Amino acid sequence: MSKKNSEYLINRKDNQYEVVIGLEVHAQVLSDSKLFSSSATKFGAEPNTQVSLVDAAFPGMLPVINEFCIKQAIKTGIGLNAKINKRSVFDRKNYFYADLPQGYQISQFKDPIVGEGKVILDMPDGQKEVGIERLHLEQDAGKSIHDFDPQNTFVDLNRSGVALMEIVSKPDLRSPDEVSAYIKKLRSIMRYLGTCDGNMQEGSLRADVNVSVRAKGSKEFGTRCEIKNVNSIKFMQMAIEYEANRQVDLIEEGKSIDQETRLFDTKKNETRSMRSKEDAHDYRYFPDPDLLPLEVSDEFINELKNNIPELPDDKKKRFIDEFKLSAYEATILVSDIETAKYFEEVVAKMGKNKDMKLAVNWITGELFAVLNNKNLEISQSPVSAKNLAILVNLIKNGTISGKIAKTVFELMLDGDKDPQKIVEEKGLKQQSDPKAIEALIDKIINDNREKAIEYKQGKEKLFGFFVGQAMKASGGKANPQLINEILKKKLQ
Amino acid sequence: MSDITKQSLTELVENIKNKKLSSTDVTKAFIERSEKSKELNAYITEDFTSALDKAKKFDQKPNLDLKLPGIPMAVKDLFCTKDVKTTAGSKILNNFVPTYESTVTDNIWNEGAILLGKLNCDEFAMGSSNETSFFGNVQNPIDKDLVPGGSSGGSASAVAGQLTPITIGTDTGGSIRQPASFTGTVGLKPTYGSCSRYGIVAFASSLDQAGPMAQNVRDCALLQEVISSYDSKDSTSINFKRNQYSEELTNNIKGKKIGIPKEYRVDGMPKEIEDLWQKGIQYVKDCGAETIDISLPHTSYALPTYYIVAPAEASSNLARYDGVKYGFRAKGENLIDMYEKTRSEGFGAEVQRRIMIGTYVLSSGYYDAYYLKAQKVRKLIKNDFDEAYKKVDAILTPSTPSSAFKIGEKTDDPVSMYLNDIFTVPVNLAGLPGISIPAGHDSKGYPLGLQIIGKAFDEQNILNIAFAMEEKINFKNKITDWWIK
Repeated sequence: MSKKNSEYLINRKDNQYEVVIGLEVHAQVLSDSKLFSSSATKFGAEPNTQVSLVDAAFPGMLPVINEFCIKQAIKTGIGLNAKINKRSVFDRKNYFYADLPQGYQISQFKDPIVGEGKVILDMPDGQKEVGIERLHLEQDAGKSIHDFDPQNTFVDLNRSGVALMEIVSKPDLRSPDEVSAYIKKLRSIMRYLGTCDGNMQEGSLRADVNVSVRAKGSKEFGTRCEIKNVNSIKFMQMAIEYEANRQVDLIEEGKSIDQETRLFDTKKNETRSMRSKEDAHDYRYFPDPDLLPLEVSDEFINELKNNIPELPDDKKKRFIDEFKLSAYEATILVSDIETAKYFEEVVAKMGKNKDMKLAVNWITGELFAVLNNKNLEISQSPVSAKNLAILVNLIKNGTISGKIAKTVFELMLDGDKDPQKIVEEKGLKQQSDPKAIEALIDKIINDNREKAIEYKQGKEKLFGFFVGQAMKASGGKANPQLINEILKKKLQ
Repeated sequence: MSDITKQSLTELVENIKNKKLSSTDVTKAFIERSEKSKELNAYITEDFTSALDKAKKFDQKPNLDLKLPGIPMAVKDLFCTKDVKTTAGSKILNNFVPTYESTVTDNIWNEGAILLGKLNCDEFAMGSSNETSFFGNVQNPIDKDLVPGGSSGGSASAVAGQLTPITIGTDTGGSIRQPASFTGTVGLKPTYGSCSRYGIVAFASSLDQAGPMAQNVRDCALLQEVISSYDSKDSTSINFKRNQYSEELTNNIKGKKIGIPKEYRVDGMPKEIEDLWQKGIQYVKDCGAETIDISLPHTSYALPTYYIVAPAEASSNLARYDGVKYGFRAKGENLIDMYEKTRSEGFGAEVQRRIMIGTYVLSSGYYDAYYLKAQKVRKLIKNDFDEAYKKVDAILTPSTPSSAFKIGEKTDDPVSMYLNDIFTVPVNLAGLPGISIPAGHDSKGYPLGLQIIGKAFDEQNILNIAFAMEEKINFKNKITDWWIK
């Protein structure tokens, strides 16, 4: 671990405070059916169309575990370098709410399916390790809709029983930026594994954020507050910032911090008390007698282990070793599995004589800019990896200049056109015949004799003028390197 | 044949198979007797019209290869039956009509049986006298104003009173065996995991088990054969090799070792019960079996353990009855108010008592002292049986510490009511099979039962022992039809 030079501290007159953050991330398991029933889990379906008798807790209905969700949780545990518990227990967490049909949520309390693990964050000033406390499986609740009707609350049970993984970090995070990096890393790992789509807009990934503050250098933890159910990285960062400052203010005023659950109001950008420790629910956890303890064999775990795809950290290492990318470039390319896939396809399509640096620049430069602009995922890229590879090769082998390439790229956006064809059709091929360029340059020097003399007398800035003229005369197609070489020779 | 309702299931099946009787004849006979027996209050829901239709349909194209060909039967109202109201004896489910069928009843209909109706029971099967039912007391056919036992009181009364040839009950702490004992009938609680719990309104999930109730052991064996099945819809269902219990039934129990546990000789047990037990010991010896004195040292902890585990699970299982989705809903000012009113008005006193006990023992700060400790004791009780079964093949005990009592006699004293289950509860805690067979009468002429407890999955063995004893005991139930005017 490198020494941090960008510590996040909250400064007051005489004191500096450190912020301690732990996250409980709720990640929806990527699965076609629910944790204990065969109902579908598709997002955005008509209310109450994906509800079985089990999900709605009809009398005599019993949960039956979905093996696929177990596999997904174990794979995620493997991705978090965590201990997989061969025996885990499903417990009932009892509380009443209209969108909780059973009157309890089936969760894992004492014996989660996954134990301690760790995640490595790539921060600007080096790597940081964040401990994972545990990962457990649980059911999601339904959704209460309060704003359809002034008198009644409506309940949609489509989400009821959907499998969630709750990933609990150790209190190892120290700044909003680290929280952002942590969430992104978790999401990246789970997307690589195909265990969670990480879609925060659809609620597939949300977090409870535990925040406390302490005097810089102190070893003891302060009293923490839990900010419930924050569903975007930006809101998490804002909530932490607000909450940490609120706590510091209390300390500075000589007041104490109450351990409590708070809500983040995204409109007012503040956290508000939801319930104090005294009002905390007594969930009366106990092992669910409808489900036997879950036991998995070493073979079962190993089978999953053997089929784990290359994960971001390994991929990054390989990109650096194999493709000679910088750590920075590799980090960007591996952060999202689709980007990594795209990049690797470009690399493959470029063939033998490839320019890796150029490919990276085009992906992270031009392509990212277009995707950003059009608000597209890389999987929806208007330019295929194959065609981007061709374009990069056209630059590399001198068929077109970098400048012309930008024009070609613009034209490719419309229907993923083959850049080779664009170059041919539009006659954009670079002029690389030295004789033709020489003739062109002779004419320019002839037409601008005075300037040529000035240059020779030492006004070197004029070199650019001649290049520009040559380019212009060639319609931008002349090979810039050749222009340079020939110009230099002629103007000697 | 005028006495159709007096016939055993085995006789009825034979007569239908030999075409001496039609399903319509049999169904009509039981409907007629049921209609004359309203005073027993055994039914919550009658489904007679539909039953007759089904019987006629059966007779048009009788499939005589089935195990229960055209046999009418009523079932405890804890089993969800498709399109037929299922109340669990509670106001809170008074209007509940399932769209689905329990696995156990499904198995029964698949073998050709026909639903007569739904039988009364204690509310959510919580009770030992059928007095906690929202639908009123059930009368014991043995005598007026006598409880039939519980919670499967309606089932026991209906079999004893010949309103149905056979029935099914559920047994969480004795709810099949105790009413069987009180009504002079046979009741089997199978091994936990033998019969699927899918579609049975849950009381205490780790203890609940469906089982057959009948007039004799052979009928009981046949019904067990039908209802026991592995079911992937119940995660606690166990996939083991199930016997053809009725076909494999034998009265040859020579050389079997029967354990007699000294701890079942409880304080204050009437001499009649002790005498009955001794008689039972003699019967099994007469059958060529050997009795061995054994010890089940943790027996005295079984009842308190049960009254922690069962209410704990019940408090959580019954949370779903909240007025939101189905069943009874009271009007409330807001969600919490609606919950409180719905559950206060919808549940009876005994159910509320157990929800409160269960909530208490699971509360933080009490969990370790009660629930966790109870689970440990439960393990010890199970170990007691495991130890005993190294020496014996089965265990013989009384079914109950007394004969049936009068309606109202114990309603104000829940603990005395709970003591009824003292001999049956350990069997549920250990997940073992147990059968109660009628073995004699007390001085009042009320029936008394003996219980045979088996090893897990060893239903065949206890059925055989019961079958052999039944022959020796030659019990005759004294049913006077007092309720038929």
